[in-house]
Amino acid sequence: MALMDNFTIMGSAMRAQTIRMNTTASNLANVDSYGASEQTTYRARQPVFAALLDSAFSENPGVGVTVSKIVEKPGDLEKKHEPGHPLADAQGYVFVPNVNIIEEMTNMISASRSYQTDVEVLNSTKQMISALLRLGE
Amino acid sequence: MRFSLDNALGIHQQALIVRAQRAQVLANNLANADTPGYQARDLDFKAMLAGAKSATETLSMRTTRPGHVTGDASDFMENALYRIPLQSSIDGNTVDAQTEKAEFLQNAMSFQASFAFLNGKIRSLMTAIKGE
Repeated sequence: MALMDNFTIMGSAMRAQTIRMNTTASNLANVDSYGASEQTTYRARQPVFAALLDSAFSENPGVGVTVSKIVEKPGDLEKKHEPGHPLADAQGYVFVPNVNIIEEMTNMISASRSYQTDVEVLNSTKQMISALLRLGE
Repeated sequence: MRFSLDNALGIHQQALIVRAQRAQVLANNLANADTPGYQARDLDFKAMLAGAKSATETLSMRTTRPGHVTGDASDFMENALYRIPLQSSIDGNTVDAQTEKAEFLQNAMSFQASFAFLNGKIRSLMTAIKGE
């Protein structure tokens, strides 16, 4: 039944948005996690969403969304002069994570709005189904 | 006089099915509001309803393999069209959350209307059966 699938679809969407919120939280928490080298320093993470496919025979997306991978933000890291820092190199520099607080806050608001929409759709679907259960009463 | 339950209930049962299917398509659009490259889809309610009506009057096809098409209304996504975006986004996503939300709510209200009509039909049938 089409209406029952809505629970799976919106469930997957809420899960995906939660993962997005979690990566945002992780990015914000690590905004000051300085590192000793370009490789070991924390980089901002971002989930990539992909539409779930109905089945192998159909090219129609219709069963929700999934997180296909989590990517790290590329690019050179900023260096900061902190001679007193335990991870500082010989010249006294540490690497700063490439987390942009404004980007993360915008992302967080976007994710929580999407989550709200998902909850509203779930509620409407629940009302539709409970109406159907009372058919003929 | 020949009596058909399908005729007595009218178009509302098919309308209810199509409304439920459309709710799924719109919910899927909203679920993929942040998916790169996802293209929003919708059902042509009028065409779907006509299809659902004729499907009940004709015989359905026999399927012997999982890949076979059934020809009935369960393959409704084959009739889904792509929405023309008002504003295109950089990542190729064509879901406009406002439009989808409004359509979903409107669809939910129409579902309730169809439900109320169907319920009324059943009530009047019950009255006729009981003869009260």
